[in-house]
Amino acid sequence: MAEPLLHLQGLCKNFGSLVVTDDVTLDVHAGEMHALIGPNGAGKTTLINQMSGLIAPDAGTVVFAGDDITALPPQTRALRGMSRTFQISSILPGFPVVENVALAVQARSGSSFRFFGDAAAEPALNIPAMAALEAAGIADRANARAGELSHGEKRALELAIALAMRPRLLLLDEPMAGIGRDETERLVNLLLGLKGQLTMILVEHDMAAVFALADRISVLIRGRLLTTGSPAQVRADPQVVAAYLGEQME
Amino acid sequence: MASTLAAEAAEPAPSRARRIVPPAAIFLILALLPVVAALARQQYLVDLATRVMVYAVAAVALDLLVGYGGLISFGHAAFIGLGAYAVGILSAHGIGDALIALPTAIIAAMLFAWLTGIVCLRTKGVYFIMITLAFGQMIFFVATSLAPYGGDNGLTIAARNTVAGFALMKSDRGFYYVTLVCLLATYLFCRALVASRFGRVLRGGKQNATRMATIGFTIRRFQLVAYIITGGLGGLSGFLLANSAEFVSPAYMSWQQSGELIVMVILGGLGTLHGAIIGTAVYLVAEEWLSGITENWQVIFGPLLVLAVLFARGGLLGLGSTLRQRLSEGGGNG
Repeated sequence: MAEPLLHLQGLCKNFGSLVVTDDVTLDVHAGEMHALIGPNGAGKTTLINQMSGLIAPDAGTVVFAGDDITALPPQTRALRGMSRTFQISSILPGFPVVENVALAVQARSGSSFRFFGDAAAEPALNIPAMAALEAAGIADRANARAGELSHGEKRALELAIALAMRPRLLLLDEPMAGIGRDETERLVNLLLGLKGQLTMILVEHDMAAVFALADRISVLIRGRLLTTGSPAQVRADPQVVAAYLGEQME
Repeated sequence: MASTLAAEAAEPAPSRARRIVPPAAIFLILALLPVVAALARQQYLVDLATRVMVYAVAAVALDLLVGYGGLISFGHAAFIGLGAYAVGILSAHGIGDALIALPTAIIAAMLFAWLTGIVCLRTKGVYFIMITLAFGQMIFFVATSLAPYGGDNGLTIAARNTVAGFALMKSDRGFYYVTLVCLLATYLFCRALVASRFGRVLRGGKQNATRMATIGFTIRRFQLVAYIITGGLGGLSGFLLANSAEFVSPAYMSWQQSGELIVMVILGGLGTLHGAIIGTAVYLVAEEWLSGITENWQVIFGPLLVLAVLFARGGLLGLGSTLRQRLSEGGGNG
């Protein structure tokens, strides 16, 4: 078996007396779509934050592509090929949509310590940015101010930003949260199209989407990893059904 | 929906005009002012406008930091003071040419910005304000204790700097145009900077630092470079201030002076650059005018400032565009 792209070893995180990540050890293999499910407050977002570097774990290590990145800040992880979306859209509201994405391209295209020349007019940044917007399905809104987008469009913009970084690992924190059924369907199809091209970790409450997309599923309950397995295994696991899926299915 | 699309489509043209016309008008007025003043025999106008432009150099630079970088520096006067003292100290040692004094003023200020910026930028928000204030006060007290260079009393400069041996700045009109060129260069430089790759990262950091980090930018490095640039331009302003007054004083770097600069920038409209010039002009003209009415002119200016902040979000420039919007909306409805 090849070495996993992302390896979490004994990750622990407490917020005061609250245990949010409890000795989590997890492998995510290159090319797989790995879903992370569990009830609210299970520590899914906290786990994603420890992967992307926004929160430092109290104990344990994060290994990405063979390197221990536990101590690296989020920007270094981003440049090494990790990109993410946020549960609550995190964009630059005052910037045009296309510039939100062009900045992600700029981060990995030459030096940004250039003091002259209009960055917004650089084709080398705008063409890949437009391609990412196209892929996310909001190219027609390229010149709107990002803050004026609808909720669903903001979700799509986040995805375009993440894709423009050409990541090896894409962390998706509830990308379907609060968007309509049509948009969910479009997003599922988009992610299906990306499957195999890059490795993805998907945190999601929409179980139809999770079971349509995931190669493997990990179930997190109160910070502990309950089980990891194929969708069929997880669906049939009585522990999972009792702890989480039961209430989701009914 | 159709109306919003139309509004989006119609947006670029007026905004382009709005980006070029007001600053062009400001510089045109400044360029013609000495001629008008001479015709009207109002020499004091030239002196006043010189003062405005000297401080506007620092205010435009401060807008780069506050308006685009989101970093509220309360120690900006320190850079002006350093630039001014560079001129004064060099002059005291018989070095009176701008070819030496100007780079010394700018580099001294940039060096101070670099050393203090590394520390200041480890903090955020109110702590950043406090620590920049602390460094500003530190350099202020250093200046007051500089006994060989006048200490508390300041230092008189024998003559304005020559430029490569030429007494370019000797006449008030000559000095006026040198200052105008410096202000124009500062403005154009900052404007290019804002639109550049560097400026875009700086602006992005102000809007959403977490997002900028997760796409791969170490924002603090960009903020430090912006802080150093702002410091250098403060040094330029100090160079001009020392030459215009032919005198250097610790008062140039008092924290009140830093506060006034922030007021100037906010008054004109943050994040516009040319707004800082307007803010500086309004502030200094109001000071001049109101202090003619009463010695305690701040008593009148204070409430005016409160009104400006309450009712003109985005400064005087913001007030202008709000009024324009109201008028056009009113026209649309009627």
